[in-house]
Amino acid sequence: MVKIGVLGLQGAVREHVRSIEENGAEAVVVKWPEQLDELDGLILPGGESTTMRRLIDRYGFMEPLRSFGESGRPMFGTCAGLILLASDIVGYNQPHLGLMNITVERNSFGRQKESFEAELFIKDIGDDYNAVFIRAPHIVSAGGGTEVLAECDGRIVAARDRHYLGCSFHPELTNDHRIADYFIGMAKEAKAALAIS
Amino acid sequence: MNIGTDRVKRGMAEMQKGGVIMDVVNAEQAKIAEEAGAVAVMALERVPSDIRAAGGVARMADPRIVEEVMNAVTIPVMAKARIGHIVEARVLEAMGVDYLDESEVLTPADEEYHLLKSEYTVPFVCGCRDLGEAARRIGEGASMLRTKGEPGTGNIVEAVRHMRKVNAQVRKLVHMNDDEIMTEAKLLGAPFEVLLQIKKEGKLPVVNFAAGGIATPADAALMMELGADGVFVGSGIFKSDNPAKFARAIVEATTHYQDYKLIAELSKELGEPMKGIEISKIAPEQRMQERGW
Repeated sequence: MVKIGVLGLQGAVREHVRSIEENGAEAVVVKWPEQLDELDGLILPGGESTTMRRLIDRYGFMEPLRSFGESGRPMFGTCAGLILLASDIVGYNQPHLGLMNITVERNSFGRQKESFEAELFIKDIGDDYNAVFIRAPHIVSAGGGTEVLAECDGRIVAARDRHYLGCSFHPELTNDHRIADYFIGMAKEAKAALAIS
Repeated sequence: MNIGTDRVKRGMAEMQKGGVIMDVVNAEQAKIAEEAGAVAVMALERVPSDIRAAGGVARMADPRIVEEVMNAVTIPVMAKARIGHIVEARVLEAMGVDYLDESEVLTPADEEYHLLKSEYTVPFVCGCRDLGEAARRIGEGASMLRTKGEPGTGNIVEAVRHMRKVNAQVRKLVHMNDDEIMTEAKLLGAPFEVLLQIKKEGKLPVVNFAAGGIATPADAALMMELGADGVFVGSGIFKSDNPAKFARAIVEATTHYQDYKLIAELSKELGEPMKGIEISKIAPEQRMQERGW
């Protein structure tokens, strides 16, 4: 069984834990960097990206999170987590973790009153996927090697770059656990591959 | 695309969990709050302790202050409307405020009816002291709750009372038989359907923060320990000697509320906290928690 962590500094942590467990994997709430060692994959949840970044810096999470990604273990960012993963953020000189080859724009659908739900087609996952967008970012451009998985109104809202998965909506807020299942699959593959090498 | 759905409105509050929402009265304070790691700011004309001191009628903030705060930060901005004041709420919604607080901190505009919050696209947070009040607000469409405490006092005792009460009543409800719920609804003055839903899910259907009297990092951690999803800090931060340091300490104590060594470190040399008011010294008609019906 794979062990999936959810970065537990702030945000919708509990919901991700539930979706991991619904898919039969073990979930761990990560509050300190040492906990990363035992994991096969990590989810960066939705929440406030500026708050999470402050706490990442304060508890020395920056380098351990980067090494986690560079070790080949999968990471999945939802909404704020997507912003943390991105290599470029529109309007900012520096990215946060900068691991995933995408450019994102924060709050790009507007303020809270413009937040919405929409039906999406997501490649490799299925159609009729109900996605919840809350003050959501979007992926302005996907770098070489990054596969676009879903678009909404002509904007990229889900993508995969190697072992990095990101979406601008909140799969954890619905009872549809297909994306978590997909990510757990990535973690299983990576675990098998890393065991051989 | 559907905007303003329950899921979108409640989901916004879910994203604030484990965080601290801070009262601010200008752009400069908003930036300090954001820098310290606040998940949102509440834009006000005066913090509750100043409202208490000033007396008179407390209304929605000057839209210029709200606008200034909205332009200063990228985190969500909340603002308060008076209980039952349909137009203040619509004005703040039209301005693009991310969350409205139909708040007992302001002088109520209606002593009988609350806003029908389900009619708005913008989500609302409302105060509660017990499950009946919580369920009535959810029934009206609130997407987030906060226990009321007694705002502007720097005294945690009422916040503790209200959080314990709500959670004890939820636990009791969850263990009831289905045939007992209608009578419980009658006794609590709560909508039957909301109680049924809470029983079925085993918890409130919306996020519940703590508010009203949090004055130290240990107070914030206490409320998390008692089951709050996050905390609102009003007068505590910008009435302290070193707001930036104080704000950071509250944020960290909320994240790591069971790490007592860390809380000890955070609490060192924070300077004088709010002086605080003994609740019995406040005349019943001056208690903000009594507002709301």
